[in-house]
Amino acid sequence: MPFASKSPWVIHYDASSCNGCDIEVLAALCPGYDVERFGIINTGNPKHADIFLVTGSVNERNIKVVQEIYNQMVEPKVVIACGVCACSGGIFHDCYNVIGGVDQAIPVDVYAPGCAVRPEAIIDAVVQGIGILDEKSKALAAKKKGA
Amino acid sequence: MAKATIIPFGPQHPVLPEPLHLDLVVDDEKVVEAVPQIGFVHRGLEKLTETRDYNQFIYVAERICGICAFGHSMGYAETIESLMGVQIPERAEYIRVILHELSRVHSHILWMGLAADAFGYESLFMHCWRLRERVLDVFEMTTGGRVIFSDVCVGGVNRDLTPEMQRKMLDTLNGLKDEYGTLCKAFLNDTSVRSRLVGVGVISQESAFAQGMVGPFARASNVNNDVRCYGNGAYGKLSDFQPVLDTDGDCYARVKVRALEVLQSIDIIEELLKTMPDGDIAVKVKGSPAPGAQATNTLEQPRGECFYYAKSNGTKYLERMRMRTPTSMNLAGMATALAGCQLADVNMIVLTIDPCISCTER
Repeated sequence: MPFASKSPWVIHYDASSCNGCDIEVLAALCPGYDVERFGIINTGNPKHADIFLVTGSVNERNIKVVQEIYNQMVEPKVVIACGVCACSGGIFHDCYNVIGGVDQAIPVDVYAPGCAVRPEAIIDAVVQGIGILDEKSKALAAKKKGA
Repeated sequence: MAKATIIPFGPQHPVLPEPLHLDLVVDDEKVVEAVPQIGFVHRGLEKLTETRDYNQFIYVAERICGICAFGHSMGYAETIESLMGVQIPERAEYIRVILHELSRVHSHILWMGLAADAFGYESLFMHCWRLRERVLDVFEMTTGGRVIFSDVCVGGVNRDLTPEMQRKMLDTLNGLKDEYGTLCKAFLNDTSVRSRLVGVGVISQESAFAQGMVGPFARASNVNNDVRCYGNGAYGKLSDFQPVLDTDGDCYARVKVRALEVLQSIDIIEELLKTMPDGDIAVKVKGSPAPGAQATNTLEQPRGECFYYAKSNGTKYLERMRMRTPTSMNLAGMATALAGCQLADVNMIVLTIDPCISCTER
């Protein structure tokens, strides 16, 4: 991918993470790693966001919140599961209140591994996510043309 | 009086890195009552003691919370050691306290950044997190991890602090002190910051005591409940320890207490590095605790006193493991502080208790 076709805005939600991945997501946005120089901004509004960063596994209480945020986001959208809990449930996979990874609730496009996920892994996942976002918007445009 | 309205706050809210839901009963702009709802992060990890033995559970205990991760693994290990009557080497005690105080530095600077973001001072937020990266570099050098270290084991610690590491740690902290002083000036002297913080969300000493508040939240209301005063582990080797207290009980006092605690922690680390003895860093722990044995432990986490309880059934798997974490003690105080405040101050007050929902719900 030679360049990003747009500056993707991200929204972050902590499903049931231990905070480790959350602070790494924030650290990636802050001066140490500074993804803002690539135009990536953290937003609180799902309707403004292109990329959904989810940390932690889903449980009975927050599965609706995760789905609600996902449904509010406007197409095209990309979901990134940050950290091993979001990927599969991780160390908590057999806890009684854990359903599993985020893919149990919404479709996930990129999995970023790690406990806690390192900011480099998040940045790598977001770069992959931008590629997928491009493909999705092309597919949307083609569909519109065909219709 | 206008009709009371309920405004939902969270769980997904830009000011909160973690999910907490508040039902704010408001009368125009004034908050009459705040009702917290939790349960979004509950995993049920205390039950995992049934399937993980006491050595494996330390990795679960560390993941109770990613910000106070080191403290939880240390508090858990101390509980198991007292359950089994293990005396750990002195050097291991020193290394634990040094890394725990370093976690406090990182946690408080992190919190100060979030607080700056909450009162709308974004460049200060960025500067705090820039400084915090330097502390994380020290962690990465000494333990290999940035937020989860896996450095504590039952019976000591896994990795030694070499003289080279100690020198780098001291250099980093010395460098940090100057820049941190500049940041503190912005937090404590800036007029616009003061106007957001002074007199907001006041809690009196009596109210703080009655509600069992812990940590810097209570110390800002002049309640001394710093369990570091007990002198457990290497804290007992300090020449002098005076908790940081303030009398005002408002948001400004809470920022001030935490700001000064960072400097205090740096002093503790410097003193302990000077007096750290040589020797082993861990003892081998074998066998299982006696059936029916019970042990308790308290530890001053960055957010306040954390209480640990363990009960054995004679096997390697604990009968019960229980933690009472600081934020669950502070939620009542938060609801009190919110009653009567302006709607625009809600995020500021919620943040000044330094909520750690992941600890609270486990």
